[in-house]
Amino acid sequence: MAKRSAPEVNAGSMADIAFLLLIFFLVTTTIETDSGISRKLPPWQPEDVEPPVIKQRNIFTVLVNSNNQLLVEDEDMDISELQDAAVEFLDNGGGTGDEACSFCQGAKDPASSVNPQKAIISLVNNRGTEYGTYIAVQNELVAAYNQLRDREAQRMYGITFTQMEKNYNDPNYNGDKDALKEKIDVITAMIPQKLSEAEPTS
Amino acid sequence: MSKFKKKKSGDLPAISTASLPDIVFMLLFFFMVATVMRQNTLMIENKLPFADQVEKLDKKDLIMYIYAGKPSKRYQAQYGTEARIQLNDKFASIEEVQQFIYSERESKREELIPYLTTALKVDEETNMGLVSDIKQELRKAEALKINYTTVVGDAEQNIE
Repeated sequence: MAKRSAPEVNAGSMADIAFLLLIFFLVTTTIETDSGISRKLPPWQPEDVEPPVIKQRNIFTVLVNSNNQLLVEDEDMDISELQDAAVEFLDNGGGTGDEACSFCQGAKDPASSVNPQKAIISLVNNRGTEYGTYIAVQNELVAAYNQLRDREAQRMYGITFTQMEKNYNDPNYNGDKDALKEKIDVITAMIPQKLSEAEPTS
Repeated sequence: MSKFKKKKSGDLPAISTASLPDIVFMLLFFFMVATVMRQNTLMIENKLPFADQVEKLDKKDLIMYIYAGKPSKRYQAQYGTEARIQLNDKFASIEEVQQFIYSERESKREELIPYLTTALKVDEETNMGLVSDIKQELRKAEALKINYTTVVGDAEQNIE
């Protein structure tokens, strides 16, 4: 009995299909990048160095205890209120003369900070504090700084600070990067991030 | 008989395998591109906290990773449930952090050393005591640029 042979499949275009798929995946796959809160640690100092004297009114103390509760300026506080409290403190602008703050919109309370360049946020946590809470507190404080910087950048340059930084870090941005860098520097000099972390209490 | 009649044979014709290399290369390339190189096998639980004020960490070759957290289930019998530090592929004590930083620096080109960043990948349930100890060691080793690696999300989810 005669058997019919199967026709040979033309495999010449297989390579094209393979490359098509390869290019498709090449284009669509994104490699995950990590993101997080960047901080700069203070350099290591010998124990006997005298700490500089800072007026009490310029310090905003945030204490976190081992039960993850917040004590802000000697008052109990919920984490959701922290950002507003920090903005209020930084933006107070209670200084006069040399220390006057030209752009602050705060209450000018004589018991609170003189200007954002002088204002320091001091964060003290307990050894038993959970890392998650610590990050949440850090996040709120950075958010407070960013809120103020955004406001000032919007007022001076008509663009938010976060957007400026994003543009600066974007390799495809086709504007003047040097000018942008200058603007960013102006804003960071106006509102420097002064976040001090003390050794944890045990 | 017709001249054009095909010769009949009993066997099936062999399937062409000429394109097999292409397929293999395609797979190879795909996995090369899509794979995130994780140098370290995690031996700890590593549920990162949430934050929304984040910056991206590019330049993977300039980052040193320090992991911390509770040992994962299969190591708990051996190492207990106390949070520990993991450097490279093994658990480390706090004193080894400095050594780790120095040896990482050694492996990088000299002009890149100022740009090195330390990424702290710490489980959200870890106590701050351990994290502070790591930070003190980093200060001693002059590795001052750090990054708390987080997942993008609302930070209030951390407190529950």
